[in-house]
Amino acid sequence: MATGSSRLRVKHERDITQVEFVDRNILDEANIQQIGEEIASLIDASPSPKLLINFSSVDHLSSAALGTLITINNKMKARKGQLRLANIDPQIYEVFKITKLDRLFSIHDNAEAAIASFT
Amino acid sequence: MSPSTSPSPESAVLIIPNIRAEIERAENMLLAAMSAHGYPDAARFAVRLALEESIVNAFRHGHKGLPADTPVRIEFTVWRDHVDLSIEDQGPGFKPADVPDPTLDENLERPTGRGLLLMRAYMARVEYVGRGNRVEMTYRRPPQTAGKPAA
Repeated sequence: MATGSSRLRVKHERDITQVEFVDRNILDEANIQQIGEEIASLIDASPSPKLLINFSSVDHLSSAALGTLITINNKMKARKGQLRLANIDPQIYEVFKITKLDRLFSIHDNAEAAIASFT
Repeated sequence: MSPSTSPSPESAVLIIPNIRAEIERAENMLLAAMSAHGYPDAARFAVRLALEESIVNAFRHGHKGLPADTPVRIEFTVWRDHVDLSIEDQGPGFKPADVPDPTLDENLERPTGRGLLLMRAYMARVEYVGRGNRVEMTYRRPPQTAGKPAA
């Protein structure tokens, strides 16, 4: 559940943290920075983080949002955590392909497939 | 304006400060003009992304060191088969060749430098003119949707 002015909806299920975005458009730099900070806090809260970022509500994102996702990925790697992305709109998936970030991230069609991929 | 009336080209010039609501107002004006000309959702997604990236680049990089309220100038014209847009900042200019290729393996984990790549991917033309402080872009409507009204 989102609390206060959080930009995220967060759900903890077993050892997996699932995150959805409040905003349909992840463009505003201040919001993107806040999203990065909130997810960083979630990563820090777990000794071996398993994080699923669900894009089901997202219509648009910018390269600044991609940058924050990369920073999150780097932090997860440093913590030996597991990061999964799911439910990415085809137009946004094209952005991942253009930037070749589809090679960097573990992207799944839906949350169920992403959850099943955690080890 | 109805898309079925083959509207004449629609142009605007906007001078905007680095305020999110103003950026969104500019984007929404352009998107509304594209809708009026029957551009499909994929076209509006592409142009919005290119405009967003170019505006962010103008404020973040072009205006680095300048007063925070320094505005950028946005011009666009929506034609039946293409969209012209330009974004001009008041900075010293930008050399696209200085931006490392973000798709190389060694750069894939760098969090910055993808805006120009996306602009080039979606636009038919991206050109820095003047001292490098004005980017001109053209989006071309894919042939199969030319002249068709929006769904």
